[in-house]
Amino acid sequence: MDARTLSPETYFVESQPYYEAVGQEITIFDAAYANRLPILLKGPTGCGKTRFMEYMAWRLQRPLITVSCHDDLTASDLVGRYLVRGGETVWVDGPLTRAVRAGAICYLDEIVEARKDTMVVIHPLADDRRVLPIEKLGQLLEANEKFCLAVSYNPGYQSVLKDLKQSTRQRFIALEFDYPNADLEARIVSKESGVDRATADQLVKFAHMTRNLKGNGLEEGASTRLLVHACKLIAAGVSSVVACQAAIAQAVTDDAEMLKAMYELSSSLF
Amino acid sequence: MQTTPFSVAEFIAILEDLLEVEFTFHKVEELAQAYERFSATEQHYFLGWIRRIATTNVEVAWRFAHRAPKAWAHMDERLLDAWAVHAMDAYDRKGLRAAFKVIDEVDQFARLSHAEAVGAVFGEIAGVLLTFVRGLSGRPLKLTEGDASYTDSETLFLPPVIAEMVTAEDNFALAKAQVALLWAQTRFGTFRHDLDELIAKFSDQERALRCFHALETIRLECCLARELPGLYREMLRLRETLGQSRGSAWLPFEERLVHAIGIEDTIQLLPKAYVTEMPPRLCYEGELRVAAIRETLAKRQAREKMLLRIKLRELIDKAQEQPDEGCAGEKHFEVRTIGDNESLEMELLLDGQPIVPPDDMRQMMTSIVLDFGGIPPDYLFPAGDGEYDPRLLVGSLKDPDEVWQGVYHEDGAFLYPEWDHQRQHYRKNWAVVREKTVTPAPIGFVEETLAHHAGLLKHLRRAFEAMRDDNRLLKRQEDGDNIDIDALVEALTDVRAGHEMTDRLFTRMQRTERNMATLFMVDMSGSTRGWINTAEREALVLLCDVLEILGDAYAIYGFSGLTRKRCEIFRIKAFDEVYSTQVKERIAGIQPQEYTRMGAAIRHLSQRLLEAEAKTRLLITLSDGKPDDYFDGYRGPYGLEDTRKALQEAMRAGIHPFCITIDREAHEYLPHLYGAAHYIVIDNVKQLPLKIADIYRRLTVR
Ligand SMILES: Nc1ncnc2c1ncn2[C@@H]1O[C@H](COP(=O)(O)OP(=O)(O)OP(=O)(O)O)[C@@H](O)[C@H]1O
Ligand SMILES: [Mg+2]
Repeated sequence: MDARTLSPETYFVESQPYYEAVGQEITIFDAAYANRLPILLKGPTGCGKTRFMEYMAWRLQRPLITVSCHDDLTASDLVGRYLVRGGETVWVDGPLTRAVRAGAICYLDEIVEARKDTMVVIHPLADDRRVLPIEKLGQLLEANEKFCLAVSYNPGYQSVLKDLKQSTRQRFIALEFDYPNADLEARIVSKESGVDRATADQLVKFAHMTRNLKGNGLEEGASTRLLVHACKLIAAGVSSVVACQAAIAQAVTDDAEMLKAMYELSSSLF
Repeated sequence: MQTTPFSVAEFIAILEDLLEVEFTFHKVEELAQAYERFSATEQHYFLGWIRRIATTNVEVAWRFAHRAPKAWAHMDERLLDAWAVHAMDAYDRKGLRAAFKVIDEVDQFARLSHAEAVGAVFGEIAGVLLTFVRGLSGRPLKLTEGDASYTDSETLFLPPVIAEMVTAEDNFALAKAQVALLWAQTRFGTFRHDLDELIAKFSDQERALRCFHALETIRLECCLARELPGLYREMLRLRETLGQSRGSAWLPFEERLVHAIGIEDTIQLLPKAYVTEMPPRLCYEGELRVAAIRETLAKRQAREKMLLRIKLRELIDKAQEQPDEGCAGEKHFEVRTIGDNESLEMELLLDGQPIVPPDDMRQMMTSIVLDFGGIPPDYLFPAGDGEYDPRLLVGSLKDPDEVWQGVYHEDGAFLYPEWDHQRQHYRKNWAVVREKTVTPAPIGFVEETLAHHAGLLKHLRRAFEAMRDDNRLLKRQEDGDNIDIDALVEALTDVRAGHEMTDRLFTRMQRTERNMATLFMVDMSGSTRGWINTAEREALVLLCDVLEILGDAYAIYGFSGLTRKRCEIFRIKAFDEVYSTQVKERIAGIQPQEYTRMGAAIRHLSQRLLEAEAKTRLLITLSDGKPDDYFDGYRGPYGLEDTRKALQEAMRAGIHPFCITIDREAHEYLPHLYGAAHYIVIDNVKQLPLKIADIYRRLTVR
């Protein structure tokens, strides 16, 4: 099959994903969805945005189509294109078009990474027109009333050059995500990895140490995701210090001095 | 290199030259004899150091030369290097006397070293330990070399070498334990009680202080055992290895303090401890210096009270800007701590509603909680209008002399190393850089320039337009956005004729996204006064005009300075600023200032450039090519070499530096100064934008 054709995972989330609400995000999402307003998820990497989307898809009983944006992603990748099959040209919908037709939730992860021309198709979908222009078919596709557009964006490491334009961000209801507070985060980590609560507490402490280093040589501290990874290693019998080094320190930096300092922190902690 | 050692006579001649005996009248005969017994390699090594130190100060070099032969018996190269560098650092920071002290105390330096020189040398461990301590919670601390291990509650001091243990690993572990214990003092409230007042009650105050310190150390050990059990195990191990303990008389205190809540428990036990036999100082214990603490505390507390109250006022003012949340309520602030006793998590409430304080304010609140165990009620009264003189606020920003020892960002100052080519070492945290902005001047200058160069501008605009993202239509692709009709027709014909059908049937737009960020660094030193300054400003006006066509990210900064403590960077246009009237007025307002400390400017602006996200980063310097700072030797080779080094650093970081020298003659030192960086010399403003268009084109061609 043609490698450039995206085959979006169109699926209903069957069983309830584990998600701990951190603030008012569920209520806000519900209300936005009911009013057909698009949603912008802001927050650092690995803090639960994707998990939240899965949870909401399950809760609203809509299929979830996720597209991870990258700097080669064009509008055609989202909307669709002609393919040639057996000497005939056939139009194939892209993931966004499928979602618009099927009334699915379309989640565009890291929207700023995409090429600028994708905004052309997103803007009319994200305001009250709710239409998708399909230029090559000469059509304007009106969105199914169940359709929902959600995009994510990490303001942290984006430079000024890759900022979301005001005209884009002002179309969305914004939900701000951050790492959960210590207690909640330990509960999540323990539940996801199977380690006991005391170990999870220690790991969260370590995460806070790395987050203290943000801006002091680290671009970003350890995310909840990395904590879950480290705890999974620990649950499988790896020692805590080694797990912190392999799953967390090495994941956030390559700098030898920083790695050593993080080793000193974890070996002090356990 | 020669293989036989110098004779005494030869050595005398060399020393006479290095130590400038003509002026200093030092007697070098005896000195030369002391070096007779060394091999040629060793002699060379010593002479290398004497030469380097002499470039800093001849007297220090003389002392060094004097001490080095004897010291060599207990030292290896690594340690001797550390000693020499330490002496020069001491000279830089505190002057001749301090340098002499370091040299004279070489025995102490050497005593600390074992045969294998396993000492933990400050310069080598400081980086890791600073990061370590910043990772722990609390106030962002600084780490500096001192004469012992102690803290003033903001800076942790460590001795130049820690070598009480037998192995290098253990010495590092000891240094880490010392740092952790000092951190614990700031984190768990050792300074929450007035120590002067506390010991004043005792007749032997020194003894009282020592006992207090010992008790506190016990209490803090218990805190560390809870917070950092791994570290605590290490501390016990180190102590055991050295066979240290407080003795049985102190056992009851150790037991009493296991469940200590705070400093009060220590204070309660003090009278009893005072009459107990004094315990030995444990290896990680360090010192408690009341004077240093007193001074820092007083300054910080006054400053933080004022700043917090001003910030609260700002919060209120901001809240009142929002129409519906305004006026009602009495504007009462409250702070609630979340979690247990020593938790630093807290919530700020305004009239019962939680509000999120900005980051710097949160940090300040943490610092206040560390000092008082909470936020004192009188800190929570927002400052009244005009209650604080804004000048006080400026004064409360630290004096650069104070900040230059810390880490990079500090109260608006940035610290950069500088390359001393004679020492062949960096001077650490040497240049203090501050960012300012340019005083705007009437925009008329911009309009005149555009009008005056109208013809050139038309040409330039065309040139830059041609460089814009060009979208090329690629045909006969395996996949793409559209069907390539020509290819399809051919393919169908092929199929009919029984041939295999090609799959290259698509057209695709190829976008050459430029993805460049360019920073223009403009010389604002006094030597640009006159036509060079005008040329710079005109060039910037033309450049901005055409860069706007390209849509590439660009920034403009000016630089100047007077001595290493006043390196100034003038922001004219940051990457995230648009080319506004304000920016135009700033360009018009670029005025010659003082001297040129170019290295610091390159280092600082490289950082700015690295913050911009782009595939290609371009640093274009516009200067008259004369790095020069009159006051502390930043002229001649020193300035040239440091600038050259800074350019190399930039290139290593992936930046393309391009140096434009505006001058009427090309000086012969320029190729050396700019090294591998590209450069041109121009004497006509009209050439400048053209040249830059050229660079642009070259860098974007793949
Ligand atoms: N509130 C939460 N409830 C349950 N699990 C969570 C929560 N927050 C984070 N997690 C855990 O963290 C992991 C990472 O979260 P997720 O993949 O959703 O991050 P993300 O925000 O989408 O990151 P990215 O921006 O890198 O895509 C999840 O797999 C889950 O284990
Ligand atoms: Mg995700």
